[in-house]
Amino acid sequence: MPEFHMEKSTSGFASMVVQEPGAEGIRSCYACGTCTAGCPVRRVNPAYNPRKLIRMVLLGMRDEILKGKEIWLCSSCYTCQERCPQAIRITDTIIALRNLAAREGHAPSGISMQARLIRDQGRLYALDEFDDKKRKKAGLPSLPSEFAGAKKLLEEKE
Amino acid sequence: MKYALFLGCTIPARSRNYEMSARVVAHKLGIEFVDIFDFSCCGFPLKSSDMKQAGLLAARNLALAEAQGLPICTLCSACTSMLAEEAHQLGRDKALLDEVNAELEKVGLSYGGNAEVKHFARVLLDDVGLDRIRQEVRVDLKGLPVATHYGCHYLKPSEIYEGLEDPENPSSLEELVNAAGAHSVEYQHKKDCCGGAVLVADEETALRMAKRKLDHVKEAGAKAMNVVCPFCSVMYDDNQKSIESQFEVSYQIPVLYLPQILGLAMGFDRKELGLNMNVVKTKSLTEEIIGEE
Repeated sequence: MPEFHMEKSTSGFASMVVQEPGAEGIRSCYACGTCTAGCPVRRVNPAYNPRKLIRMVLLGMRDEILKGKEIWLCSSCYTCQERCPQAIRITDTIIALRNLAAREGHAPSGISMQARLIRDQGRLYALDEFDDKKRKKAGLPSLPSEFAGAKKLLEEKE
Repeated sequence: MKYALFLGCTIPARSRNYEMSARVVAHKLGIEFVDIFDFSCCGFPLKSSDMKQAGLLAARNLALAEAQGLPICTLCSACTSMLAEEAHQLGRDKALLDEVNAELEKVGLSYGGNAEVKHFARVLLDDVGLDRIRQEVRVDLKGLPVATHYGCHYLKPSEIYEGLEDPENPSSLEELVNAAGAHSVEYQHKKDCCGGAVLVADEETALRMAKRKLDHVKEAGAKAMNVVCPFCSVMYDDNQKSIESQFEVSYQIPVLYLPQILGLAMGFDRKELGLNMNVVKTKSLTEEIIGEE
């Protein structure tokens, strides 16, 4: 993870982040590390450190956060959020940071592809004739592969 | 016990064994599933890109169920948390509800804030009850050692489930598995995440997370794993072979969905439960239990 340099710090980044739904409480973090101690991602990949990420946000390390890979490593298991003694919504904060990064075009390709598929067809996997046949064979009802309502709902918001 | 069955994206396309076994087991236990064919994706996969849009998509599904006056029964844990979270928020925040309804109106829907969302395992536990499940047991599973995997979103964030179960000390899945005549074994890091949500951004990290769990499951001597979410199944069942070859380990632990285990005890055959669709072969396991078919 990069070093902190005061001159590169983006003033106002933390203030921007705390306005995002879910991230409101991060200023009350006292860096106890409960989040990081219980994190199942960190156990297999030390590059992921939620305590550090929150500190970096508070220090204004905007580019390192939004252009970095770390925020995409969270498995959204909510272990940290359940245990935080300051009731900071840590998982929700990571999701808020991902939203900010995605808005600037920094989401990993797999994440943007998923979003595109859902906006286009209302579901992740289109069910084609082949799937339908397999479903029928298994005695399962046939399902639509597109949802005009869902598509329209998301189009309006883009 | 009438529920709108919410399938989501992954189950109808990739986990038909879960859907098949859930439907037959539910039917046997007197749960009526209604299919709402206009249910789309729950919204969860959109959350990382745009949580507002994800919430809207969830609200649309809630509105569809509410219009039919039906509570929602989910099979996927990610769908459960996405829908329950949206229902929780919209049930408490009138301004947000108005904002969402302004959007839903454009597609001819409105949401009154009264949807109910329950995972299938919850329906089994709360509405059907363990006694009824025990009464339906026809085949003795002889204390088959099973490692139950809760995963994350079945329990968390706990505030959206309003104190249903303590995520630090859950027992619901063990109770269900034991009621079927299997035996839930204790194992290290039982509550850890499968890693499924990391797969799209960093495959190696995701596989390492799954491996760690499989190691503990094997150590505990479990002959099968029990899951209640298709993402967990992707990690432990679909990816078990690649974990074995990548890390030079061997498990061959069948990964069964909860209704597949219950269904075996209730006397359904392999085909009815989709057991031939599990990736890690289940044949020798079921031969031990029900003999050759």
